[in-house]
Amino acid sequence: MTRYRWRTLIVEIVMIAAALVFVFPLWMLISVGFRSSPEVATNPLGAPTSLYLDNFVQAWQTGGLGPAFVNSLVITVLAVAILVVIGSGASYYFARALGKGGGRWYAFVAAGMMVPFQIGVLPLYRLFTQLGLGGNPLSVILFNAGVQLPLTVILYTGFMRQIPAEYEEAARVDGASTFQIFTRVVAPLLLPVTGTVIILDGIAIWNEFFTPLLYLGAPTTSRCRCRSMGSSGSTGPTGARSSPDC
Amino acid sequence: MTTDIARPGAVRRRTRRLGVPFWFAVPALVFFVALVAYPTVQGIVYAFTDWSGLGSAIHFNGIDNFVGLFSDPQTAGALINTLVMAVTITIAQNVTGLALALGVNSRIKTRNVLRTLLFAPVVMTPIIVGYLWQFLYVPNGPVASIAAALGWSNFNVLGDPSTAIWGVVSVVVWQYSGYSMVIFLAGMQNIPEEITEAAALDGAGAIKRFAYVTWPLLRTPTAINLTLSLITSLKLFDQVVATTQGGPGYATQTLSTLLYNEAFLYNRYGYGIALGLIVFALIAVVAFAQMRLFRDRSLQ
Repeated sequence: MTRYRWRTLIVEIVMIAAALVFVFPLWMLISVGFRSSPEVATNPLGAPTSLYLDNFVQAWQTGGLGPAFVNSLVITVLAVAILVVIGSGASYYFARALGKGGGRWYAFVAAGMMVPFQIGVLPLYRLFTQLGLGGNPLSVILFNAGVQLPLTVILYTGFMRQIPAEYEEAARVDGASTFQIFTRVVAPLLLPVTGTVIILDGIAIWNEFFTPLLYLGAPTTSRCRCRSMGSSGSTGPTGARSSPDC
Repeated sequence: MTTDIARPGAVRRRTRRLGVPFWFAVPALVFFVALVAYPTVQGIVYAFTDWSGLGSAIHFNGIDNFVGLFSDPQTAGALINTLVMAVTITIAQNVTGLALALGVNSRIKTRNVLRTLLFAPVVMTPIIVGYLWQFLYVPNGPVASIAAALGWSNFNVLGDPSTAIWGVVSVVVWQYSGYSMVIFLAGMQNIPEEITEAAALDGAGAIKRFAYVTWPLLRTPTAINLTLSLITSLKLFDQVVATTQGGPGYATQTLSTLLYNEAFLYNRYGYGIALGLIVFALIAVVAFAQMRLFRDRSLQ
């Protein structure tokens, strides 16, 4: 069973071939990034011949990549931080509450996974504008914290249910308060799933394109500098209207 | 919610659950109600109005939006496109993901490198992946040059209304096969090696071992994969916008791109939200079907 046989070699070759097909677009992304447009047009498949960095300079200067990068980073870090704090706390209640309240509130939040976010995106936008947050990155942070909350709670609650309650009982016997039990006993036990939450929520928020475009304004039509990495990469898909307050 | 958890005696009697006070959940519930539940309910109300999305002129018009929706051929086209894409993406992505998982779960020497490379597209921004493939598929672009070398001249997937939809499907399958692969792989690594070894000792070949041992034990990852890929592809938006903008004509219009056009470009928010409710109904059907089909297994 453990020998490297001729059949393993065939699998190896087939898999490397498949991986090359998968990697080809990524290679093209890099190759095009380091070549000038005329060069790409004449020979699309060619490799970079010299270290051509003008594309990056141009993106940085005219595309405003710097501020966009900072915006994306601030939005992602703060939204994920909010999600970790409120998501783990709520899941502690959902998984450990006495009676049926925990399960019912959990189902209520988890059902949010099914709702297409477009349904609430404009009413929420109106709410933010009334609160004076129109065009403010804080509105995108709050929006993302809300949209990712169901997934966060599903991950945390599922994990918490697997943790034996004995640790918490022992801490209780030793005189810890509920809050101390949560911060000193439960939170450390949740570290593995917190890693999962940070990665999954972080990727989703970092890649989010639609809301920054809508809430912070389309790059082509708006004067404001507050946009994220996702939306700065485009010229606005179908010409989204700019946010009025932005 | 207020229980006598303060008394140690009461706590010791309970073995499983400790009384956690409700206020632990309050911040999350406030966020959820204010940012998800309340705006959603408000949005649903707008589905029965003629609200433009701007200004304050709102009039209830009953089920006019839904009547208009079902009598508009664009809706039927978008619905069919969405379903065709969702089904083909789900099948292609999971078959590819399963094949890749079997490959990188074997004894090949490059398995760790390949796992990383095959997963790389997953973490990319969908909108950027869309623009990347739009460039790759450009007439006389990289893919067309390869196709020409193989004897297929004038290759133009995205420009031809009859093939554009498969162009978009290929982009999504390329990006997310690695995701299905990782979930299948996790399931395969949970299968104890003794089971497959016992089957091998009993004389089962590689194909029989897969069909009678591995595959039946991959029920949970299959359920997770099918549900996730169906729900994601029913909401397909970013990749369509970046590659075809729903065109040529309406050949790749999905419910989500139609919703976007109606609600945010043509300023018919109520009408767009009525479309959103159709997407929601489709997703709810998938979610409940999944719960019934795979009831005996938890999603952990």
